[in-house]
Amino acid sequence: MSTGVKHFIAFAALAIILIALPKVFVSGSAHTMMSLMGIMIIFALSYNILLGQTGLLSFGHAVYYGLAGFCVAHAMNYIAREKIGVPLPFIPLIGAFAGLFFGALFGLISTRRAGTVFSMISLGIGELVASSALILRSFFGGEEGIPTNRTKFPPFFGYKFGPQIEVYYLIAFWCFVCIALMYALTRTPFGRMCNAVRDNPERAEFVGYSTQRVRFIAFVFSAIFAGVAGALATINFELMNSQSLGAGQSGLVLLMTYVGGVGHFIGPIIGGVIITFLQISLSDITKAWMLYFGLMFILVVMFSPGGVAGWLALHQPLLKGGRIFRLIPAYALALVPMAMLAAGLIMTIELAHRMLVDAQSDGSVMKLAGWTVDAAKAQPWMLAIGLLVCGALGLKLAWPKVREAFAAQSAEVAQ
Amino acid sequence: MTPALSLQDVRKNFGPTEIIRGLTLDVMPRERHAIIGPNGAGKSTTFHLISGRIKPSSGSIRLNGAEITGMAPYEINRRGLSRSFQVTNIFPRLSVFENVRCGVLWSLGYRYSFWRFVDKLRDANEKAHAIVEEIGLGARRHAPAGILTYAEQRALEIGVTIAGGADVVMLDEPTAGMSKAETEQAVALIRKISEGRTLVMVEHDMSVVFGLADRISVLVYGQIIASDTPQAIRQNKAVREAYLGEEAH
Ligand SMILES: Nc1ncnc2c1ncn2[C@@H]1O[C@H](COP(=O)(O)OP(=O)(O)OP(=O)(O)O)[C@@H](O)[C@H]1O
Ligand SMILES: [Mg+2]
Repeated sequence: MSTGVKHFIAFAALAIILIALPKVFVSGSAHTMMSLMGIMIIFALSYNILLGQTGLLSFGHAVYYGLAGFCVAHAMNYIAREKIGVPLPFIPLIGAFAGLFFGALFGLISTRRAGTVFSMISLGIGELVASSALILRSFFGGEEGIPTNRTKFPPFFGYKFGPQIEVYYLIAFWCFVCIALMYALTRTPFGRMCNAVRDNPERAEFVGYSTQRVRFIAFVFSAIFAGVAGALATINFELMNSQSLGAGQSGLVLLMTYVGGVGHFIGPIIGGVIITFLQISLSDITKAWMLYFGLMFILVVMFSPGGVAGWLALHQPLLKGGRIFRLIPAYALALVPMAMLAAGLIMTIELAHRMLVDAQSDGSVMKLAGWTVDAAKAQPWMLAIGLLVCGALGLKLAWPKVREAFAAQSAEVAQ
Repeated sequence: MTPALSLQDVRKNFGPTEIIRGLTLDVMPRERHAIIGPNGAGKSTTFHLISGRIKPSSGSIRLNGAEITGMAPYEINRRGLSRSFQVTNIFPRLSVFENVRCGVLWSLGYRYSFWRFVDKLRDANEKAHAIVEEIGLGARRHAPAGILTYAEQRALEIGVTIAGGADVVMLDEPTAGMSKAETEQAVALIRKISEGRTLVMVEHDMSVVFGLADRISVLVYGQIIASDTPQAIRQNKAVREAYLGEEAH
């Protein structure tokens, strides 16, 4: 199969998935979640233009998402007030222009250097913008942010974008366009030179390229797409507030991209979906969800630096060779201690959270997966520690088997 | 005739120590010029100065008559000078083919273009393909450069260097660490790629030097003590004492 055909199939499949998803998951909360996933996919992919493609670790990427979001909120209010006949689906273009503007402005300063200096400057700019957001109340709206109303626009083919499902399709459309554009970007001469600059900036200068220029252009592109994501967020929530451009949001996009995998184009898409799902569902279940995110990030960095996509790519030859199923026994064996380890970890975190945060006000008795336990007693702690120890020991025994099985099957496939 | 490359009283000090101490050198167009000298004489430093990796403390460097002193490496490269490195310096995660294509892109005018697909650039792909074949890595074209063997990486190093079609090519110890057979291959390759171009080469292997070079310059303690034809260098008394003599025993 030629690459052209492969790409056509992949993008056709993507389109079908985007169109069909709301028909499969029909609840309102599912539509809300999928809308946010679409936004986060664009945001994470835009971040990976920097991190995965060009090797630039930014700690302030939310600046472009948030600033564009605010520009869009003001623009939407203005357009509605002045009755300028722009339909809602074109609004993300304003976000793209805002991203372009701020990306070029801050990019001029921050892309002069790579490496640690770049990271530090991005952090500085992030703090700078976040703190001015609290001062410039007229633009950023203080704590409340800038509210807006997406239904005050002329109908677009009859759609008013009041219902979430209509917003979902608007986001899905832009998500598709942005994925296609960002993918195309990786396959241009510029995209390849981004990779070259990531791999070896010195040598790139000796084949005629100014690494500073490459970094700058990459930075502007990533800000443009972050701007589109920010615009969609404003449309989706009908609100933009200063949290969206702060360090927390910048950390979240780094987390999503890294957990998904920076080495593959699809990584940030996976990351955006997984993290958004966890964020929404975990925050319903536990108050300590941020802690779980931190833990997950550490585990991925330590044990699977290629992220989910890297882990999947590792198995691709086995899948192609039809031997992936031979791994099931080994993985199943490892799954038991892993589950114990996870259960022990979750218990420890929840018990500790209860004792440290809620015990004064609500007492130490709590519900854990349906069971009523008293976090002040020794038994639940013993159980948690027991699970942790057994899980760790079990995994130590089981993991070599997984490695063995993997090596054996890989060798078979290689023949 | 204007020299392809001309250095006038170039000096470079790192802190208090002067490493390059008034270096003057002319390389004529289409000449194969070898620079030899003992370890630490300043050969690589001279390459760095010419190619813009480091800036001279004083003196002037001209490429085809035009001043290039103190320019950035990419500016010098765009003016037609390309160099390889003593320690292999490639793009490890890109494939062999992509490494070479990165070397080709600027010279064909594709610059920072983000509005066309790199796989559709026929001229760039054909040229990269031809070079990959020429350096003998056709079978390894899709392998990531980072996993190549040492000799393969050295060949790729040359491939990336010549890809842009520069008319002055500088190779820093292209055969260092190679076996006899690999060296022979490399020499044949260098002979071929330097046809119609100016070649400046640092090399320790005297059979390579005397086999390839039209002229040889001897660099000792940051100065050129002799610059002449191979025969004249062989007979030069100062050179024999300072350098070749050591090699002989
Ligand atoms: N950045 C630097 N700072 C300080 N000293 C340096 C620096 N670069 C090179 N030198 C010193 O300059 C001298 C010349 O180094 P250079 O690498 O040019 O030698 P060379 O002739 O290429 O030697 P070799 O044959 O071993 O490659 C050495 O003594 C080295 O230690
Ligand atoms: Mg050297």
